[in-house]
Amino acid sequence: MTGHPAPGLRWRRLLAGRGRYLADLAVKGAREAVFLRSPHAHADILSINVTAARDAPGIDAVFLHDDLSKVLKPWRGTHGLFPGMAAPEQSALAGKRVRHVGEPVAIVIGESRSACEDALELIDVDYEPLPAVGDIEAALAEDGVPIHAEAPGNVCLEAEKRSAGVDAAFAAAELVVEAEFCFGRHTGIPLEPRGLIAEYEPGEGSLTVHHSHQCPAAMQEAFAELLGLDAHRVRIVCPDVGGGFGIKQQVYADEMAVAAAARLLARPVRFVADRLESMASDIQARHHRVRGRLALDRAGRMLAMDADDIHAIGPYSQYPRSSAGEGRAVLSLTGAPYALDEAAARSRAVFTNMGMSGHYRGVGHPIATAVTEGLVDLAARQLGADPWDLRRRNFATYGKDCAPSALGVSFEHLPFAACIDVLEAHHPRDALHAWRGAARERGLLAGYGLAVFIEMTARGPAFYGDGNVRISTRDYCTLRLEPNGSIAGHASVTEQGQGVETGVAQIVAETVGVPLDKVRLVTGDTDSAGHGGGTWGSRSLAIGGSAGAEAARTLRAEIVEIAAGLLQRVPAELDIQDGEIVDQNGPSGLGLAEIATLAHFRPHELPGGCQPRLVASASFGPLDAPFRAGCGVQLSCVEVDPETGLVRPVRHAVAHYCGLVVNPLLVDGQFKGGVAQGLGAALTEELLYDSEGQLLTGSLAEYRVPMAVETPDITVHHVHLPGEDNPDREALPRYAGVGEAGTVGASAALLNAVNDALAPESAALWRIPASPQRVLAALDPEE
Amino acid sequence: MKRVVLACEVNGARITAEVEPRTTLADFLRDALAFTSVHIGCGHGVCGACTVLVDGRTRRGCTTLAASAHGRRVETLEGLSDASDPVIAGLQRTFLDHGGLQCGFCTPGILLAARELLARQPAPDRAEIREALAGNICRCTGYGPIVDAIAAYVAEQAE
Repeated sequence: MTGHPAPGLRWRRLLAGRGRYLADLAVKGAREAVFLRSPHAHADILSINVTAARDAPGIDAVFLHDDLSKVLKPWRGTHGLFPGMAAPEQSALAGKRVRHVGEPVAIVIGESRSACEDALELIDVDYEPLPAVGDIEAALAEDGVPIHAEAPGNVCLEAEKRSAGVDAAFAAAELVVEAEFCFGRHTGIPLEPRGLIAEYEPGEGSLTVHHSHQCPAAMQEAFAELLGLDAHRVRIVCPDVGGGFGIKQQVYADEMAVAAAARLLARPVRFVADRLESMASDIQARHHRVRGRLALDRAGRMLAMDADDIHAIGPYSQYPRSSAGEGRAVLSLTGAPYALDEAAARSRAVFTNMGMSGHYRGVGHPIATAVTEGLVDLAARQLGADPWDLRRRNFATYGKDCAPSALGVSFEHLPFAACIDVLEAHHPRDALHAWRGAARERGLLAGYGLAVFIEMTARGPAFYGDGNVRISTRDYCTLRLEPNGSIAGHASVTEQGQGVETGVAQIVAETVGVPLDKVRLVTGDTDSAGHGGGTWGSRSLAIGGSAGAEAARTLRAEIVEIAAGLLQRVPAELDIQDGEIVDQNGPSGLGLAEIATLAHFRPHELPGGCQPRLVASASFGPLDAPFRAGCGVQLSCVEVDPETGLVRPVRHAVAHYCGLVVNPLLVDGQFKGGVAQGLGAALTEELLYDSEGQLLTGSLAEYRVPMAVETPDITVHHVHLPGEDNPDREALPRYAGVGEAGTVGASAALLNAVNDALAPESAALWRIPASPQRVLAALDPEE
Repeated sequence: MKRVVLACEVNGARITAEVEPRTTLADFLRDALAFTSVHIGCGHGVCGACTVLVDGRTRRGCTTLAASAHGRRVETLEGLSDASDPVIAGLQRTFLDHGGLQCGFCTPGILLAARELLARQPAPDRAEIREALAGNICRCTGYGPIVDAIAAYVAEQAE
């Protein structure tokens, strides 16, 4: 039931090695697809010769740009709320020019991956290399290379928010702290690579795609739109998905090419990315450079903050969501936990010849959090203030009757103070100081860092809907009373391991009044579930759970009504508990199995002569608020070896608030996994490109994600507000998402811990990952 | 391409097959024998999702040639599940209770690595458990719940 740490409903099967991921699916007659990808970051294609490849053994077809454009449209990643955004046209296969290493140029279809790879080597492409934009500076350089004629300065989007008195506040402030923050280019690395199997049935004009993806309904729209098909004849089915983290939320050029090839050949075509092409073609994120300032008075009251952000995307705006998302988070969240008089934020997304960028777990939140919290710690050091106290005295008060943030964002009640109190109760500052002192006596640099975070979860339609982007912010659930008295149904939430299917089933079980094992939900199939958003923006449980609760309430009401007729009682006197009808005296002797048997097989015996429906559906999405926010505080403790520069995280803790906790095991799992990804981003993970736009990190040996040895134990403390644990059964409970919250604050806390460790050496580092080389350079700038 | 004969034991059954010399053990087990617990996460021997046992020792299926298993005994998680191996059965139970998995893609490799650790060192501490997982990437859990699950199994055995 809700509040119970139920294991994920798929876990028994996955633990036996019986998962069925995309590459495990047997589709009769499926052909394999392999891509020829650009080795150049920027080049004109002068000619391509595919004759030998087409004649190679086991090869069905080799398609180029013009072959696919017979059935597949190009696209632009526009957004209606940003009419000034440059969104150049992109196609599945490059036509006359390539714009990043790994961009698909040709698709080879054949009997096996190895046959296709052999044929790839027979394709001859004549490239004329062009100067490339391989970093942020080059994108904005005066004499820079324009990647698109329609965006001569390489700016995709510039957005700004500025309160009226911000300049005056900085000019008059007693203390202004300032730093430039640099964030490495990251990606999500779901351990199962991307993949799909597309089947086109020309007789019906229908397309079925088995897809390792988070958002099947959005892909139904995208395949239909770009292939010119009726969306109601496009079916997306997600099997077990081996991690997503936003990487499987996008539309990918290579995946569109697979569907187009399946349509041209009228045969099933399968593509599973290998890791090298994942590194080059999975979406990349978080490559920012931010100049941040914070103004305070001498007593430590925060007055104003500003952030000037440059964000290096790839060569195109991401379709269909656009590349506005990361910058928007910086514009919404800079300084947001604090009561500021004034604030400003500007964000510029710039085109580069690096890989495509998109939405990775946290989408810009980690940037705003690291900048804000880094500035707060910088101010604390300058003021000689304690970082706990400085935060406490400046927390913003949000709620229904409160003013919005200085950047104009209205938040619901967010219990920052309760979170930091819980964190400090579990990790007292005296103990932290004692640990830090002891480590320093052992010759290590040691420090701890705090990061207050806000996560904007479960968005409503104000961003995509109002921007004419066909991304649903709703979710859907249908539930049926089955003849054996169990509840079966379909939901539009999707599962990549996080356990949302289990959480929604717990909500349904509790709402109807049956044990969890009497509920079975099928997810991930657009043919059965209604149109819904799937996994993104920490939305699934908050929105899909509400849809499940609503459908369950309706079904329960019908069951109780039927029971009341049978028992000659009024419905208000009856309840369902553990699958049995009960009244104030206890069990009535009537169970759901008996009711279901009657309703399905002998419905004429039901009193009143009514037709039993035995099915209830609900669709839910937030209408009243742009998002639901959660918040919390993270604590990171690190030791830094002054000889090697190696940063070792020794402990990490989170105190958070997310409304009602449906399943503490799964919520903790989201936090721990999310924190680990944030720590990886802060310590080792970085996609490196050289100035020519060549990818230098093409494997997991070079792009280093956290391993067990270097990941500390992470503890999670749930903060509850009075009255919340006993919600009104008739009102929708308040859930906020937690999928990204761990990632949102972890890098910030770790960077602050590193700077606390470096402070006695009068050194500072405002760049992640905090690699040994960078730490050593910070310790000895002369070296 | 020329093929070579491969005769070996896989999950208790005698197998004879012809394979291309370049076929990896992971591809052979997945494609020819449908043992799909062997997952391809990176294909270059870093992530450990393709871990199998060859003559009882963990190997990377993606960087082991199928032909090199000639005359050897190969086991995958399928061959050790269904309560046939008490250590795996116990770990499956504690992984379930402690949330030692999310998406499940790394899980077969992690279970085999943990089993090998426990055969070598029946009472490892948390640091030894983490050390034994040094060849396995989990991108979902942050590892703590996996360590918890293995430690819980160790504690059960000590009772």
